[in-house]
Amino acid sequence: MSQFVFLYRGSGQDRRSPEEMQKSMQKWLAWMKELGEKGYIQSPGHPLERSGKLVSGRSKAVTDGPFAEAKDVVGGYTLVEARDINQAVEISKGCPIFDVDGAVEVRPVMKIDM
Amino acid sequence: MEPSEHLFRREAGRMVAVLARIFGVHNLALAEDVVQDAFCRALEVWKFRGVPENPSAWLMATAKNRALDVLRRERTARTHEPELARWLESEWTLAPAVAERFGANEITDDQLRMMFSCCHPKLSEEAQVALILNILCGFSVGEIAAAFVCSNAAIEKRITRSKKILAASKKLFEFAGARDFAARLTAVQRALYLLFNEGYHSASAASAVRADLCQEAVRLTRLLLELPLASTPATHALLALMCFNLARLSSRFDESGDLRSLSEQDRSGWDRKLIAEGQLLLDRSATGKEVSHYHLEAAIAAVHSNAANVEDTDWAAIVSLYDALMAIRPSPVIALNRAIAIAQLQGPERGLEEIREIADSERFKSYPFYAAALGELELRSGRRELARTHFEEALRLSRNPAERKFFERRVSACLAPAPVER
Repeated sequence: MSQFVFLYRGSGQDRRSPEEMQKSMQKWLAWMKELGEKGYIQSPGHPLERSGKLVSGRSKAVTDGPFAEAKDVVGGYTLVEARDINQAVEISKGCPIFDVDGAVEVRPVMKIDM
Repeated sequence: MEPSEHLFRREAGRMVAVLARIFGVHNLALAEDVVQDAFCRALEVWKFRGVPENPSAWLMATAKNRALDVLRRERTARTHEPELARWLESEWTLAPAVAERFGANEITDDQLRMMFSCCHPKLSEEAQVALILNILCGFSVGEIAAAFVCSNAAIEKRITRSKKILAASKKLFEFAGARDFAARLTAVQRALYLLFNEGYHSASAASAVRADLCQEAVRLTRLLLELPLASTPATHALLALMCFNLARLSSRFDESGDLRSLSEQDRSGWDRKLIAEGQLLLDRSATGKEVSHYHLEAAIAAVHSNAANVEDTDWAAIVSLYDALMAIRPSPVIALNRAIAIAQLQGPERGLEEIREIADSERFKSYPFYAAALGELELRSGRRELARTHFEEALRLSRNPAERKFFERRVSACLAPAPVER
């Protein structure tokens, strides 16, 4: 088995009705539960604030985020276990983020023998 | 843990009510933004960490913290309620003052204040109902439009306009010392009654929509009873009426969503617990001198709810209740229902006579159940051809698919060769 990080990208600010937001939340819960039951989840991960600070360069210049367009901002991550990248991609396709036109970035964790 | 059904929608109403009190009703949009934020946050966090032990408390706490942020950031930019403006001067007093506003009793009172505020005399009854649904029940414009079978644009306009009037009133309705309390209570009862009826007679094909609206009306009327000043005999009678009707709501339609007449309904599907509650409330409403139309309508619904079938129904009691209703609130629809009850009691010919005597019957021009009642009674009198013409007229006037299918069935009943038993 290999490890993958799912990075959830997309705007978290949406003008949906409370009922629609609850439905969306329930879809997420159901998806996460299914993944957990199938043994794909190493860690459910965390949501990330959509703004923060960027410290960069030799001068360690500090700037305020967000650092990308709303649709590219990472809103959270999950650590997933899968056979290979193809399976990880298949697993990601059930993510409810696609309902709101978001994206899942699937990144293999580098395998390193030490 | 699974969140309860419609949790977000219900919490939306509670949170907006509290926040509108804190920020002032003229900052209603700000209150709505904070609520939206709280839901976004819940969505973000819960999907990774699961639903918390007490989701309502979590949402309220999140809204409270967001409210504090907003108050600290904008303390000079906006005018909040005067009392709070004073607290705002110091962090020492701000946090406890806001926390107090989020206490359980305060939340109930704030919802009631908002309910009374939504029934502003400058607003039409339709606008009041739409506003209550939007602010206190968490329905979006799209959801209200779907329930009322109205265009989004029309509802959007109605709500935007109403909110402007609400904001311009500067203050939420205060019960203490309100000179117009009685008048405002009457408007609130009326709005809740209309909200229930909107659900009960909804043109929307989706049965879930109908039940949603009726249940929201029941929830808010229960809330109204918690306010001692509003806990009048009429409010009890109103809730009794809703209980009796909600108990029988699902039986009004069959499995395929078709409308069923009273005689076709499966009475074993009626919710006995709700009927018992309705009876209890109706008993409690029988105090004081006032007999409102809610009392009479609830009493009629009680007679139906307690009858084993159409034949066993105490039609004499129903006729006299309709007589009383005609005396205090005459309308062609009530006169029509009274005539139908008389037909049950004294035969279809008498019913037809009564219908012919209804004043104002031209107001029925677009009301399909007038033609349908004529059809029903002609059919029972054995005049099938005449009955069919009336049902065809009803069919022509039908306002939604459920009514259409129902009248189609009545038209074919006139063609059937078998003798009609009713």
